[in-house]
Amino acid sequence: MSDFAIQTSGLGKSYDLGLSRRGYGTLRESVVETAKGSLGRLAGRGRKQARGDTLWALKDLSITVQPGEVVGLIGHNGAGKSTLLKILSRIVEPSDGWADVTGRTGALLEVGTGFHPELTGRENVFLNGAILGMRRAEIRARFDEIVAFADIERFLDTPVKRYSSGMSVRLAFAVAAHLEPEILLVDEVLAVGDAAFQRKSLGKMNEVAKAGRTVIFVSHNLAILQALCDRGILLERGQVVADAPVTEAIDSYLRTLEQAADQDLLERTDRDSRGYDESLIRRVEIHDLEGGHADAVVAGRTATVVIETTAALPMTECRLTILNSLGHPVATLDSEVSAPVDSRDPELGPRIECELEGLPLLPGRYRIDVVLKGKRQIQDGLQAAAFFDVEPGVVRDRPTPISGSDGDIVLAHRWRLPA
Amino acid sequence: MDQLTAPDPLREPEPAAAAPETLRLQATSGFSRVLSPRELWRYRDLAFQIAARDITVRYRQTALGAAWAILQPVGFMVVFTLFFGRVAGISSDGLPYAVFSLAGLVAWTYFANGLLLGSESLVSNSALVSKIYFPRIFMPAGVLAAGFVDLGISLVILFVIVFAAGLVPSAAVLMLPLLIAIMVAAALGVTAGLSALNVRYRDVRYVIPFAIQMWLFATPIAYPSSLIGEPWRTLSAINPMVGVVEGFRWATLGTADAPLELIGISAVSALVLLVAGLAYFDRVERTFADYI
Repeated sequence: MSDFAIQTSGLGKSYDLGLSRRGYGTLRESVVETAKGSLGRLAGRGRKQARGDTLWALKDLSITVQPGEVVGLIGHNGAGKSTLLKILSRIVEPSDGWADVTGRTGALLEVGTGFHPELTGRENVFLNGAILGMRRAEIRARFDEIVAFADIERFLDTPVKRYSSGMSVRLAFAVAAHLEPEILLVDEVLAVGDAAFQRKSLGKMNEVAKAGRTVIFVSHNLAILQALCDRGILLERGQVVADAPVTEAIDSYLRTLEQAADQDLLERTDRDSRGYDESLIRRVEIHDLEGGHADAVVAGRTATVVIETTAALPMTECRLTILNSLGHPVATLDSEVSAPVDSRDPELGPRIECELEGLPLLPGRYRIDVVLKGKRQIQDGLQAAAFFDVEPGVVRDRPTPISGSDGDIVLAHRWRLPA
Repeated sequence: MDQLTAPDPLREPEPAAAAPETLRLQATSGFSRVLSPRELWRYRDLAFQIAARDITVRYRQTALGAAWAILQPVGFMVVFTLFFGRVAGISSDGLPYAVFSLAGLVAWTYFANGLLLGSESLVSNSALVSKIYFPRIFMPAGVLAAGFVDLGISLVILFVIVFAAGLVPSAAVLMLPLLIAIMVAAALGVTAGLSALNVRYRDVRYVIPFAIQMWLFATPIAYPSSLIGEPWRTLSAINPMVGVVEGFRWATLGTADAPLELIGISAVSALVLLVAGLAYFDRVERTFADYI
């Protein structure tokens, strides 16, 4: 018996880099490796040397979570958030240390896992409920509620493969949201469906969080974490670097993001390069066209985002996402959605430019996430590749407020008022 | 809010709700997981759902549906009768060759399909294995459980054909459940081992179809085991399907001499396979999500 909902001590998870890099081991490789290993031992070399590097996805993690606490896990890609959830939900075993979990655990690691396309909506509700750990009687009791939440009454007996993606996602979320475990683990599942459904899901999660259950959330959306959680745990390279009230933890995270943007981008390890790294993002900057120093631009004037890469590949494409200080996306600019004003310049070299005419952003601090594509593949991706401040200015003849206004962008607009 | 907190009258009282138990998650070694009946019982609803899914999905969007359960063994029977019975003139222990081969094929079809689908069951459900915890043995076991529907249908057809051929099964027919149990034990052992091996080494996928072909010819389906001289005939029963197939003939066709020796050896061999397969599965189950 323990008074804690979750208690971990020295928890660690290591992966053999050699294997995780290749992904698929073949029998032949294994036989060869084993032979090499035994030959090595015969030759007097230790077994350790024969093995590749190990990566500690999670290392020496000791935390306790009280019953009823709602905790947000924050961190970069690869910081160990998902690994921790996978250990707590028993999908993978820790390599080191232990975790005590008290009470029934339900995990929402990916919406729609276990949906079978050939089965009808009704059959999938039962299957998915069972997969998520619900008893049959429980599902039956909640069936109508689930179906009503997903709003798919008419299609209950249609195979799920005929559903629109929105419908199946709604149904999957509805099943998951009606789980009633004592401990709920949620990984980035709130961003599904259309805006109305997202609002509904968020409301549901809010209810769950307020209903006295222990919840652990992972999300990149800091605004959602701030709204739902009391406590934030910031992970970096598999270790806890901050464990504090959620606002403080988010602040520390934003600071680490800025530090990361300051360092040489090529040295960052939290990139999403998927193995096709023929070209990497070297530098990301934003300039005001009319001079001024980099990374500070004035609202309403033309700003240029410059992305320097290590190589100019054929069919280079680039996607920029501008996010506000809470990590909420403000706008996405994607070169693959092209317009006549775009151009390709053979003289440009390994460099991409994106011009933002009359920058319609309100004063504040923003960051840019960059995805680089080339040869029809994602070459590299960096979150928080650059930060910039927008200074107050004049957008379409209207001065921007100095600070403290609601929203992030200025819309082109025209009033008609009584005289 | 009220709906979330109100006690649900239909819900069975959870033992966990009364006294939440603490589960320690840590690196484990040795055997513990598959063979933990408590764990299997806790997830019994999921086991049922997986078997139900495998049954429902099996013949969805097929034109002939469950007729496939009959067409497979009957198709083989026709081919075998033409080529082995007529052309090659292989003996069938004095029985009509068609029923002789069908009795073996009914058992074999269950076994071969179980191997084919079961060994892929973990890999083809990799999304589940890497996202959700449940006793993984449910995947291969679910395939074998779903196969019972096909086995049942083809047994009915077998008996129809047996009676049509003027044969009457003896009291030995009561041995059928035992023979099926031997077959399931062997199939579960082999598929558990192969499905687990498949997680690490996709070579299994290429070996299986070939191995099934070989195994078919190593089993007295097209020919009677009496063609094999002693002591090889008795030794051949180490292949558990030898005892099962000869047993199926004895139990369904009303043949006189009981191949009890073969059945006994095959039963022991099936048990060994079962224990070995489950033991291997148990050892590597904890790493499935890391490798799949």
